[in-house]
Amino acid sequence: MNINYLASLIAVIVLFLLVYVGVEAAGLRYFFGVLLPYLAVIIFIIGFVKKIVGWAKTPVPFRIPTTCGQQETLSWIKPAKIDNPTTGSGVFVRMLLEILCFRSLFRNTKMELREGDKLSYEWEKWLWLFALAFHYSFLTVLLRHLRFFLEPVPGCVKFLESIDGFLQIGLPGIMISGIILLAALLFLLLRRILIPQIKYISLASDYFPLFLIIGIAITGILMRYFTRVDIAGIKELTIGLVTFHPTVPDGGIGGLFYVHLFFVSVLIAYFPFSKLMHLGGIFMSPTRNLTTDTRATRHINPWNYDVKVHTYEEYEEEFREKMIGAGLPVEKES
Amino acid sequence: MSEPRPDELIRKMEHKPHQKGWMDTPVNIRKGMYCYASNPKSVEYLGLPNARAWNPLDVDWKLPPDWQEIIHKGFRERLDKFRSFKIFMDVCVRCGACADKCHFFIGTGDPKNMPVLRAELLRSVYRNDFTIAGKILGKIAGAREMTIDVLKEWWYYLFQCTECRRCSVFCPYGIDTAEITIMGRELLNLLGLNIDWIATPVANCYRTGNHLGIQPHAYKDMLDFFVEDIEEVTGVKVEPSFNRKGADILFITPSGDVFADPGTYTAMGYLILFHYLKDMGLDITWSTYASEGGNFGFFTSHETMKRLNKKMYAEAKRLGVKWILGGECGHMWRVINQYMDTMNGPADFLEAPVSPITGTKFENARSTKMVHIAEFMADLIKHKKLKLDPSRNDHLKVTYHDSCNPARGMGILEEPRYVINNVCNHFYEMPSNTIREQTFCCGSGAGLNAGENIELRMAGGFPRANAVKHVHQKYGVNMLACICAVDRAALPPLMDYWVPEVGVTGLTELVANALIVPGEAERTTDLRGEELQGKEEAEDA
Repeated sequence: MNINYLASLIAVIVLFLLVYVGVEAAGLRYFFGVLLPYLAVIIFIIGFVKKIVGWAKTPVPFRIPTTCGQQETLSWIKPAKIDNPTTGSGVFVRMLLEILCFRSLFRNTKMELREGDKLSYEWEKWLWLFALAFHYSFLTVLLRHLRFFLEPVPGCVKFLESIDGFLQIGLPGIMISGIILLAALLFLLLRRILIPQIKYISLASDYFPLFLIIGIAITGILMRYFTRVDIAGIKELTIGLVTFHPTVPDGGIGGLFYVHLFFVSVLIAYFPFSKLMHLGGIFMSPTRNLTTDTRATRHINPWNYDVKVHTYEEYEEEFREKMIGAGLPVEKES
Repeated sequence: MSEPRPDELIRKMEHKPHQKGWMDTPVNIRKGMYCYASNPKSVEYLGLPNARAWNPLDVDWKLPPDWQEIIHKGFRERLDKFRSFKIFMDVCVRCGACADKCHFFIGTGDPKNMPVLRAELLRSVYRNDFTIAGKILGKIAGAREMTIDVLKEWWYYLFQCTECRRCSVFCPYGIDTAEITIMGRELLNLLGLNIDWIATPVANCYRTGNHLGIQPHAYKDMLDFFVEDIEEVTGVKVEPSFNRKGADILFITPSGDVFADPGTYTAMGYLILFHYLKDMGLDITWSTYASEGGNFGFFTSHETMKRLNKKMYAEAKRLGVKWILGGECGHMWRVINQYMDTMNGPADFLEAPVSPITGTKFENARSTKMVHIAEFMADLIKHKKLKLDPSRNDHLKVTYHDSCNPARGMGILEEPRYVINNVCNHFYEMPSNTIREQTFCCGSGAGLNAGENIELRMAGGFPRANAVKHVHQKYGVNMLACICAVDRAALPPLMDYWVPEVGVTGLTELVANALIVPGEAERTTDLRGEELQGKEEAEDA
C-alpha cells in the first residue's frame, strides 16, 4: 500500500461520508445543495483568474520555444512551419494541435533495453489515447449537463446527446461518453498504481483528482441507470442555482445526488490550487506559444539591465605588450 | 578510481525505482558522478557570491548562515521574473511521458534523473514556500522544507542534467527541464555552489576572451600552427587575420576547436574555407578578445551569460564589421539564437547579413546579424561556389549527430545534412528516434565534460553511442559528424568506450577535405594525415 493513493482514497471516502451523513442524517440540503456549490464556483472563479493573471503578469524575458523541426532559413530549405513556427499562424496551429490533439504526447515512445545492450524506442500510444479519451468524454459529459441549467434545452445539447447515445441500448439509452470517461479514468489510475516508475513519481495530489472524478462518474452513472432519482426536482434545483433563485425541492432528490453535486463542488474549488491548472497553463507555455524567428525579430526583455563587462580596453591594458609582440593590432601603442 | 566497464555499466541500468518514496531517499554523492567544486579564485574573479574552497563530499559546505533565506528570496525573484519558471512549477501533472526520454535516466537508471523528478526536487520546495496547499498539507501535497540534504540533492542532480531539452519535446505542456535546471543552478550559484568545470572556464573567458584562458599572442600562435599543418597537407599557405578593423565579417567560434583534437581539424577547415573564398570576396577577421563562441555563463546564470556574450557585439562594433559569422557549437547557438539579441542587442550598428560570395541575404538573421557556418556553407554549395571532390572523404562512412541545442533551440537540421551529402559519398542516418529534434545528448553538455565524472558521462552518453553502434554494425559507419565543440571533445572518449573504431569530426573538416583549393598540391592524406582511399594503390602501381 502506498500512502499517496491511500490518503487520496481515504480523503474521497471521508468527503462521501460527510455529504451523505450531512444530507441524510442532518438534513443539510440547503448547505450542500446551494451554499457549497455557490462557494465553490466563487472560489473557482477567483482562484482561476488570480492564477492566470499571476502568470500573465509575469514577464517572458526570453523567447525560448522548443524547436521540433527545421528552422526557416535559406529559401530552398523547407521549414517546419508548425513545429518551428516563425509566424503567428504557425504558432496558432501548433497550439491548436497541442491543445486539441495532445500532439507532443502523441510522440511518446517507450524505451527498452533488448538483447542485453540494444536500446529500442517503441511508439507508445496508450497514454495519448486514454488521455484524449478522458478529456473529450469529460467535455462531452460536461456539455450534456447543460440540459440541467438551460430551459428550454438548446438544440445543440440535444444533438450532442443523440450522438452520444447512438448505441441505443436499453432504457434509458446508454451514453457512451460516461462509459469512456470511467474506463479512461481507471486506465489513468491503474497505470499510476501498476507501473513502478509512474507510481514512484505520483503524489497524493495526482490520485486525489482521479478518485474524485471517478466518484463523480460513478454517482452519475448510478443515478442515470441504477437508481430512481427525481429528475424534475434536480432540474428545479439546478435552474434555481443558475437563475440566482436557489430553492431546495422537498424530498425526492436522493442523497446520491448530493454526493454527486458535492464532489463536483470540491473538484471545482480544488481546481485552481492544483495541477488541474494545466488547463490554463498549456495556453501560456513559453516553449510552445512563441514564434521561433528569434534571429529575425528582436524580443524585448522588460527587465533587461546592464551588467559588468570586461571591456576591450581592460583586456588590451592587460595584454598590450604581448599583443604587440605577436604583431596583433592594438588601440594604444603604449 | 577505475571506471566501470561497459558491461558493468549496463548491468547497473535497472530502471526499477526504490520501494521507499523519493523524498525519503537521501542523496548519495558518489564518486564518478559529480564534478569538483568551483575554485574560489574563479568565483571571486567574477565577483560571484561565497567564494571559498569547499568539497561536495564534506558534511559542511561552508554556506552563509542565512542560506535558506537567500534561496527563498532568490526563488521568489525568479518566479516573478520568468513566466516559464512559474508555469513549469505549477502545471506538471506527472504523466511520466518525459521519464525515459532523458539520456541520464536511461544511462544511470537513477529515478531522480527522470526529468519529472528532477523538477520535483525544486517543485517540492516551491509548494512548501509559495503555495497554499503545500503550506497546509505539507508532505501529502508534495511539499517539503528546504534543508541541507535537499540542497545537496539539488546540487547533485542539477549537475546531472545537460539542459538538452529532449524531455521538453515530449512534454504535453512543453515543460523544459533545461529551464528548471538553469533556475536551479542560478539559485545554487547564489550560495557559491558551482562546479569548477564551469566556474573556471567562465572566469577565463571573462579575462582572456575564451574558456581555455588562451592569451592573445598564444591564440595567434595556435592558429599559426594550423597554418603550417595546412601547408603540409595541401601545399597552400593560408593567411588568417586577427582583430582587423574594417573587415566585413567577424568570425567567432568555440576556443575548444583551437585547442584539442579533433576540433582542431574543424578549425583548420575554417581557415581553408576562408582562404578559398578570399579571392571571391570574403573579407573576414578572427578576434582574440571575442575568441569564444561558447558561453559557460549560460550554465551559471542569465547574468553571467550576458556578461560573457556582450563581447561579441562589442567586438563587432569596435572592429566596424558588417555582420558576424559563427562557427560550429551547440549551446553557443542556443544563446545566439534565443538570447543574444534580447540581452545585448539591438545590433543596429551592424547590417543584415549578406553573403559576399552568393549575394544571399540571410533574412532569418536580419536582426541578430549572426549567421551559422552551416547555413553559410549550404548556401555556397547550393550556388555551386565550392569546387568539391567528395571522393576524398571516401575512406569515411559518416553518420550525423544533431547537437542538442542547434536541434531543439534553433532547428538547424537540413543544412548540415545538405553539406555532408555534398562532400561525402557515404552518409547513413541513425534511427529516427535518435536524431533531429529527438536527438540524444553526448552526455557531457552544460559544463559536465570533466574528467572526474567520467562514469556519469559514459552512462549519459549511452543512448547516443548505442545509436551510433547500430549504424556502425549495420553500415560500417566509422565517422560521427557533429556541429558542436563540446561534442568534439566529449564524443571521442564516448566512442572509445562504447563503439571503438568510430571517430568524431566537425562539419567543416569534411568540407575542407573535399574542397579543391586553387594552387594546391595533390592531396594524399586528409587533414588528419590519414591516407586517402585509392591514393595508396595508385602510388604502389
